[in-house]
Amino acid sequence: MNRRKTWNALGTGILSATLLATFPFLLIFLAQMFYKGFAVLSPEFLLSAPREAMTAGGIFPALIGTFLLTALSILIALPLGILTAIWMNNYGKPVWLIRILRIAINTLAGTPSIIFGLFGMAAFVNIMGLDVSLLAGGLTLAILALPVIINNTEEALRTVPADFRDASLALGATTRQTISRVLLPTALPNILTGAIISVGRVAGETAPIMFTAATFYSRRLPGSLSDEVMALPYHIYALMTEGTHPDEQVPIAYGTALVLLLLVLLVSAVAIFIRYSIRRKRQW
Amino acid sequence: MVTPQIQTSQLNLWFGKNHVLHDVSIPIHAHQVTAMIGPSGCGKSTLLRCFNRMNDLIPDTRIEGQVTLGGMDIYAPKTDVTSIRARVGMVFQKPNPFPKSIFNNVAFGLQIKGGLTKPKIQERVEESLKAAWLWDEVKDRLKSSAMALSGGQQQRLCIARALANRPDVLLLDEPTSALDPQSTAKIEELCLELKKSVTILIVTHNVAQAGRISDHTAFMYLGELVEFDRTDKMFTVPADKRTEAYLTGVFG
Repeated sequence: MNRRKTWNALGTGILSATLLATFPFLLIFLAQMFYKGFAVLSPEFLLSAPREAMTAGGIFPALIGTFLLTALSILIALPLGILTAIWMNNYGKPVWLIRILRIAINTLAGTPSIIFGLFGMAAFVNIMGLDVSLLAGGLTLAILALPVIINNTEEALRTVPADFRDASLALGATTRQTISRVLLPTALPNILTGAIISVGRVAGETAPIMFTAATFYSRRLPGSLSDEVMALPYHIYALMTEGTHPDEQVPIAYGTALVLLLLVLLVSAVAIFIRYSIRRKRQW
Repeated sequence: MVTPQIQTSQLNLWFGKNHVLHDVSIPIHAHQVTAMIGPSGCGKSTLLRCFNRMNDLIPDTRIEGQVTLGGMDIYAPKTDVTSIRARVGMVFQKPNPFPKSIFNNVAFGLQIKGGLTKPKIQERVEESLKAAWLWDEVKDRLKSSAMALSGGQQQRLCIARALANRPDVLLLDEPTSALDPQSTAKIEELCLELKKSVTILIVTHNVAQAGRISDHTAFMYLGELVEFDRTDKMFTVPADKRTEAYLTGVFG
């Protein structure tokens, strides 16, 4: 057997082994979550509020809170992020300014989420006087999602072949028309896929909402943007760290974790499905 | 002699520090096919892109000299670039239809300009597709994606798309280099038909193609216009030794 073949077999073997090595961890993790969380899962668990000092009842307010926080943050971050990316991709001048912006965005993308939480508390809760509220939390999460959305949108815009842009401009289109009629429609599916993935990320964050939006316990749903909300990740955190009845509360925490996990998986599945159907249809 | 439709005088162009076009002065006559030939990197495509200001898109481009279109200086500060590009259509080397329907590809130029009613646009799309000899092949599937067409059909669609603006000039940048011989022949014949209504400039690597379809030929070398003459004349008695060497395949 010649040496190249040996090396090839060895390399492929090592790569497959490392890939396979990650699977047991994932399986153990999922099995654990399902085993411990499935016991408490029921329609009543999803649709009722916590009772008896959070030792019984469900997670409905937290579910709604997470939904509202996520929706609000994406609603703020998506238009802002897409516009920023379009500007950087098409109009941004001078080059050094774009370079600095890009460094800033990448730094933000790598910043620990607790820092966003502290910033949100300082800027939104205290300085802007929004108090601990749905709005303050939504804004904080929006800032967290922003760099991800900007980078993803830029990436999506870059994958549009330059031929399309040239063709449009050569037909007498302005830059604005080229963006709105050629660039964006072509890149939109990829932009949205990225946005959906960032939904998953935002929904699971605890640290940014800890000081800005989340409340430990609330039996009622938020009535306005200035209300505090319960949220799934914070609910888990609260049950595991501050609960006084671990026997009843730990299973509820696992149930909540399972719901959050399933939600994020569902969102990712939607994104993967969209991406798959686009790839199948794409013809360039 | 009639006044040329396009005239460049002492045209110089730099990409950064790279001096790409040297003092090019060339007249382009209306309703003729003018071919631009020369070895790779001689500046023929760059010269072509001067006529619809596509070079503006490349950062660090500097242009000196003059290009007039029907007597109007297209590099004058007040010139509206988009109106120039609507009057001077362009077809690229690689067919580049939009990922839209056949109809919307051809209607694109009209839709962005606005001011035309829907029936009028439909009429113009049909007219353009007919002019590009594509109508019969696509009339039953105007709503299906342009990406499903063959390479040759896509290129004729791009010609139709450019014609929809009813341009005065059509720039073809090596339009057949990505096509099979049959599609190439069809586009060459089409050029001869189209020159009745539009002035055609074609950049080509294929000397025989220039000989087949052009009335005038410009030979460029290292950014200079070496020779410009009637094609039949240049192909029989080239005035410059470099032209002769290129035409006979000594280099290229």
